[in-house]
Amino acid sequence: MAEVALRAQALSKRYRIGASRPGYRTLRDALSEGLTRTLRTAYGLVRLRPRRSRTDDTIWALKDVSFEVERGEVVGIIGRNGSGKSTLLKVLSRITRPTTGSAEISGRAGSLLEVGTGFHPELTGRDNIYLNGAILGMKRAEIARKFDEIVAFAEVGKLLDTPVKHYSSGMYVRLAFAVAAHLEAEILLVDEVLAVGDAAFQRKCIRKMQEAGEQGRTVLFVSHSATAITRLCPRSILLDAGYLQTDGPSHQVMNAYLGTGIGLVAAREWSNPAQAPGNDVARLRAVRVRGEDGSVREAMDIRRPVAIELEFDVLRPGFVLVPNCHFFNEESVYLFVTSDLDEEWRNRPRPVGRYVATVWLPGNFLAEGTLIVGAALSTLTPLVVHFYERDAVAFQVIDSLDGDSARGDYAGPMPGVVRPILQWTTRFLPPVHDGEGARYA
Amino acid sequence: MSAQAQDAATATTITIRPASGWLALNLAELWEYRELLYFLIWRDLKVRYRQTAIGVAWVVIQPLVTTAIFAVIFGRLAGLPSEGVPYPVFIFAALLPWQMFSGAISRAAVSLVSNANLLTKVYFPRLLVPLAAVLSGLVDLTVFLVILAGMMGWYRVTPSWAVLTLPLLVVVAVLAALAIGIWLAALNVRYRDVQQAIPFLIQIWFLASPVAYSASLVPSGIWRVLYNLNPMTGVIQGFRWALFGKAAPDPLTWISVTAVVVLLVAALFYFRRLEDSFADVV
Repeated sequence: MAEVALRAQALSKRYRIGASRPGYRTLRDALSEGLTRTLRTAYGLVRLRPRRSRTDDTIWALKDVSFEVERGEVVGIIGRNGSGKSTLLKVLSRITRPTTGSAEISGRAGSLLEVGTGFHPELTGRDNIYLNGAILGMKRAEIARKFDEIVAFAEVGKLLDTPVKHYSSGMYVRLAFAVAAHLEAEILLVDEVLAVGDAAFQRKCIRKMQEAGEQGRTVLFVSHSATAITRLCPRSILLDAGYLQTDGPSHQVMNAYLGTGIGLVAAREWSNPAQAPGNDVARLRAVRVRGEDGSVREAMDIRRPVAIELEFDVLRPGFVLVPNCHFFNEESVYLFVTSDLDEEWRNRPRPVGRYVATVWLPGNFLAEGTLIVGAALSTLTPLVVHFYERDAVAFQVIDSLDGDSARGDYAGPMPGVVRPILQWTTRFLPPVHDGEGARYA
Repeated sequence: MSAQAQDAATATTITIRPASGWLALNLAELWEYRELLYFLIWRDLKVRYRQTAIGVAWVVIQPLVTTAIFAVIFGRLAGLPSEGVPYPVFIFAALLPWQMFSGAISRAAVSLVSNANLLTKVYFPRLLVPLAAVLSGLVDLTVFLVILAGMMGWYRVTPSWAVLTLPLLVVVAVLAALAIGIWLAALNVRYRDVQQAIPFLIQIWFLASPVAYSASLVPSGIWRVLYNLNPMTGVIQGFRWALFGKAAPDPLTWISVTAVVVLLVAALFYFRRLEDSFADVV
């Protein structure tokens, strides 16, 4: 029987909000508020003014969130800003109490809500390792035992006895993460601390996180990055406006997340022809993103081919029709256009009927991220665009860290809109020794 | 997973629940986190005089200069009595507990707010923060004691057997600083007015304690009674008594010590009740 490491039962957290209320109150505020409240109650008693309901200035950052995490599971928590994921982590880390509901955590829990909590700029790297370790809940003996390992991981070397205010930001983060990474907790609650540091270091961090999972540690990883979550967590939980929306295998949850994120889906169908994009010649009926197995998928492995399927009705015969697809990334960069060059229908007027045109994008072609597809149908001479549905469908390309994608063994962020695997060859020129020293042939 | 590890895991099950009314103090947890307390004090001390030209010398200069000024103004110009002890020593012996006390409450009062980044990012018993702020004053006190010993040697003042009660008097001063400091720290999270009021509070308290003058100057009667209810009166008088064998603290001191203990216990419960909301409010 699998052992439960963490159980959340109907966790809810209410915050008071309101622009007039700063984070803290002055005594005058409290006094005047107390007075107002008393007066208001008095007014209320004689029904001069109704009492304001308390719900006016409160917000549920978390509402009825229940889930269980088994020992050794690595679970991602995803959601947009303000979805409650950070609040959930704070409640589970015991930084703040839930308003209602409860949670049980079995085992030594450690939370990493930021790297370098309690780091003091005036203290040296050595001092900060001890201070930060103690703040994260490590014993002094434990820190001393791991000290060398932490220093090696952080690669701070000679600067160990220099105040950290003289560190570069990259070095600072490396040191901070190094301490955190050596926290020996059975249950780790991690915020997006991986989103910092230089690329080579990120790779080390990701390795460390993966190791944590492999060692049977339970990890809860909060992020808004679908890529990071899919990479690290087999299972994830989607939060939206404080509610738990979906809980399941990460690729499924990512589908839901992409759905809530940009309002785009991997399959769109227009059941009512009158409302479908198009004109009296042709109308778009459906656009779908499919994997090799034919299933509609929002999340795609970068190494596998992806099919975009255009289903359309031709209403009037006699037109040469060219289906074409337009690709954009999440920054709205226009990546490329592809159009149907297939000989079967090239320069051949199409009879009335339903057509399904499919274009295959090869694996190891697009960069990871969100791809947004526009679907169009055109006649070239004279140029007529029968329909162009700009943001028809979207899908996510996910680059695994298995080492056989274009990123190879590199785990950091990779720029570029395409990510092909290209052929490399190397010619080795051994040095040639003669009387005047080494030369190259 | 081994059975052993499982045992360890089940042994540390934490339940997270909404706050409900008055909570138990959980002093055992405080003990568990004693190493963090040590590191917080250590950080306080290490950081306090970083990037100052004369560094730790500040610990010494402040009370010495204060002593010199008071000795000139109150001893020479005003000619106040010092119970037969050289005025500088007389004052320095009082400054010792006073500086520890006033420094402790002013550090403690702002401690939670200045450690807001810790409160919002990591869990630990919040009480450690004001506790560390108060206890770090003990290190300064030790330095002062060495200087005092030097001064007493210079002025050829020999302590009586009562010097053995000094640690007890220090404990009273620490308890008083904790009682006030914990209240102020918790209140300051919600009401930043506290921060503003601290200098006044300390100034008034200073004048109401026999630091710069002898307690014998206070007229007897109701004023004397009120005066003796100030725990620092008892502590400072106690210091002079322990070091120079002068007038012992008034028996009323026991009442003020009792009041300090009651105030401290109340502070602990008040703090415990509020600490869960610190991260949301600070």
